[in-house]
Amino acid sequence: MITKRIIPCLDVKDGRVVKGTNFLNLTDVSSPVKLAQFYSENGADELVFYDITASSDGRKLFTDILVETANKVFIPLTVGGGINTVEDFDRVLKCGADKVSVNSGAIKNPDLVSKAAQKYGNQCVVLSADIKRVDGTFRVFAKGGRENTGMEAISWIKKCVANGAGEVVVNSIDTDGVKKGFDIEMLKAVCDAVNVPVIASGGAGSKQDFVDLFKAIPDIDAGLAASVFHFGEIAIPDLKQELKENDIIVRL
Amino acid sequence: MVAIIDYGVGNLFSLCSSLKAIGEEAVITSDVEVIKSADKLILPGVGAFGDAMEKLRTSGLDKVILSEAQKGKDIMGICLGMQMLFEKSFEYGEHKGLSLIKGSVVPMQDSIPQNLKIPHIGWNALHFKNNSKIFKYINENDCVYFVHSFYATDCEESVTATAEYGKELTASVQKGNVFGCQFHPEKSGNVGLKILKAFCEKEEN
Repeated sequence: MITKRIIPCLDVKDGRVVKGTNFLNLTDVSSPVKLAQFYSENGADELVFYDITASSDGRKLFTDILVETANKVFIPLTVGGGINTVEDFDRVLKCGADKVSVNSGAIKNPDLVSKAAQKYGNQCVVLSADIKRVDGTFRVFAKGGRENTGMEAISWIKKCVANGAGEVVVNSIDTDGVKKGFDIEMLKAVCDAVNVPVIASGGAGSKQDFVDLFKAIPDIDAGLAASVFHFGEIAIPDLKQELKENDIIVRL
Repeated sequence: MVAIIDYGVGNLFSLCSSLKAIGEEAVITSDVEVIKSADKLILPGVGAFGDAMEKLRTSGLDKVILSEAQKGKDIMGICLGMQMLFEKSFEYGEHKGLSLIKGSVVPMQDSIPQNLKIPHIGWNALHFKNNSKIFKYINENDCVYFVHSFYATDCEESVTATAEYGKELTASVQKGNVFGCQFHPEKSGNVGLKILKAFCEKEEN
């Protein structure tokens, strides 16, 4: 059977990997290319590169890094950050990305998901949604989790999947950076609503958090995390061994 | 030298760099002379079957592929490129393929349980059926990366490996010098590189 995927996420700014806690206080960690190679050789099933650069200089630096990574790393590579147009898809796909993740771009341009899916296929379009509870409902946030769009999250995700998003990354702002486990309630609500792969993000602090995730939601496809991997708090081979011992199918 | 056949579909960047990573010279080309002079051919492909076959025919590369295959040159189809090796596909209509291998390509949704997600995307284990030289350096149950919604059927005699996803899906095929992988060796980490090494007849260190 298909294996559950473990995905390290690399936030890249000005050519370096950074990771924030609750999306604030960014700290420099390492070289994206070196880190990508390290993960590829140490059990990562896929990598996500998230471009958090605002300047055009930084954007060029980012695509250079993509090319260098795609020349050395031979596992699927998803790229996100600053994807607002079909041309942005083109720009990163040409540099070696396999999938492109859209977040605020899909909120600003309602046609983006369907246009990109028509051009590149659903498998290429990943919807990334930053979700937070507001008055007991799940709401979609834009701009790196800073702005409440007022949209209800589950219907937003369903709409994007109907438009051609082939995969969904659910980032729980409520659990992000807290390291006390994934947002099971939110993730389950998303998994029940769509029939495309769902990737859990936000809250991983220990190996047990991943075990709990895959046990609580058998339909979830992947767990994504950043700092716990970057800072060596969880080694992916150990994590996969732990998952295997808990009867969760992984690629060893 | 391996010629990666460029007929205007898909992203060939990773495929080319994966071949370079195993020390194989690789060129992305639509030039008939280059294709003829290559030691081996790779037929890549993403997107829709009908469009891709149409592009291959319009460019005349279908005939070049057929004549090179007939001469005994090794050719590997990857993903949609593998599907195109078959007689026909039922992806949005009925389309004729290259007919290098007996069989047809059908939608997964009619034959796997409803609760399974389509496309079949992610890492899945290979189960060997018939011996193939491309598996020389890998083992049963090694995982490779799949992304597809259609699969090859009625091709039992050519199947070299399957993957379990609600049913046994055709993962790879071989008929003489014609090879096909439904998965992406260029995205399957070390296992994928070993498959490419074996196809290119490189020594594994």
